[in-house]
This record gives sequence, C-alpha cells and structure tokens, in this order.
Amino acid sequence: MSKSTATRQRPLSPHLTIYRWPVTMAVSILHRVTGGALYVGTLLVAWWLIAAATSPSYFEFVNALMTSWFGLLVLFAYTFTIFLHLVGGIRHFVWDVGAGLEKHTASRLGWVSIIAAAVLTVVVWFIYFAI
Amino acid sequence: MGDMRTPLGRVRGLGSAKSGTEHFWRIRLTAIALAPLSLFVIGWVLSLRGSSLEEIRASIAHPFVALMLALFLIAALDHMRLGMQIIIEDYAHNEANKLVLLILNTFFTIAVGVLSIFALLKLTFGG
Repeated sequence: MSKSTATRQRPLSPHLTIYRWPVTMAVSILHRVTGGALYVGTLLVAWWLIAAATSPSYFEFVNALMTSWFGLLVLFAYTFTIFLHLVGGIRHFVWDVGAGLEKHTASRLGWVSIIAAAVLTVVVWFIYFAI
Repeated sequence: MGDMRTPLGRVRGLGSAKSGTEHFWRIRLTAIALAPLSLFVIGWVLSLRGSSLEEIRASIAHPFVALMLALFLIAALDHMRLGMQIIIEDYAHNEANKLVLLILNTFFTIAVGVLSIFALLKLTFGG
C-alpha cells in the first residue's frame, strides 16, 4: 500500500538555487529584500529625529555616527535601497494598469529600474559632496 | 432594519482574507503618497548638510517641513507594516508564530510612530 500523500516525499518544483536568474526574478527578489531593509531604514530616520528632540549632546553623538565614513556608507546603501524600492514600486504600478507585462518588456523594465536607481543614488550623493 | 442584501452580495469582493482588497489597495495608496514624500525628505536632508542643531531644529519647526515629515512617517510606517505582514504570512508557516509576529509587527510600527511623532511635536512646539 502506498503511503498517504501527507507523509510521502512529494516532488518539488525547481526553486531559487536551480534557475538561472532572469533579471525579472532578480528585481522581484530585490523589491522584497529592499522593502525589508527599509523597515530598518525608517528606524534611522526616527532615531535621528528623536535625537534632535532629546539633547544637543545626544544629537551630536548620533550625528557624528551618521556622518562618519561608516555612517555615510550606510546612508549611501540606504539611498540606493530607497531608490531601488521606489523605482521598483513604479514598475509595479505599470504592471497594475496592465502594461509592460510582455516578457521582453518586463526584462527591459527590470534593467531600467536598476540603472535608474543607481543614477538617482549617484545624483543625490554628487549633490551631497558638491554642496 | 434587517440586512436586505443577498448572501452573494454580502461576501462579494471579500475573498479568502475576509478583508477583500483592503490590504492590496492600502499598500498602493501609501506607496503613491511615499513617492513624492520620500523625494522631499531626501532633498530636505541634503539641504541640511553642514547645518548646526539649532538650524536643523528651526527647519523642522517650519510648519511645511513638520507636516511633510509627519506625513512621511505615517505613510512609511503604515506601508512597511503592510509589507512586513506579507513577508510574515509568506514565511511563517506555524500559525502561532505567525500570529505573534503579526502582532509584534503592528505594535512595533505603532511604537516607532508615536515616538517619532512625539519627537516631531516637541521640536515643532518647543521643549
């Protein structure tokens, strides 16, 4: 007699480690990963605001941390994460109205969103170091 | 007065989640709000480069900045609560774990919200 379906080893569909990553898959995963990272990113904004409301000495401490080379590195990654998620969100709105779903168009949208996020990040940090 | 709707009318649009498209709609609504709000916040933070704490506090206290920051925080926290809810529902397979994580997610985002809004109020109205 065969075992019940609940305990028998069921075949699994190919998963992340099997597929060669198409760009649409990469940006889809990136959208979720960046979303999760921004959950933490908002805490940086809240922390900085709370520090500004607490005391000058505590604000100096937080501000020095955030403008140290490591802090700037984190903020740079934060900026790129924001733009990846923002541009990725716009990509989802395009799909929500039923456009851009054709395979090659979707792949192009994937590349465009990565490049656009990178350009926007560079522009923001160029302004930061230029002013 | 009794409910005049037919059984089909009562359930139409509610789906398996019992809340219809509310989650889908709300995460998009907050996303639309966040696009301009996050760009404003990035631009505003850039404009503060090299400012002293006094100048930063004065800038936050400006009604337009304070209101934009409040809107940004509320939209961002609601959006990230909704997004994290999807992640929890996707990956927490144990029902008890899932419920605890969903509760913590809500409590946590509300806690961050009240703390940062309180900080914002203090900075705006003095203290």
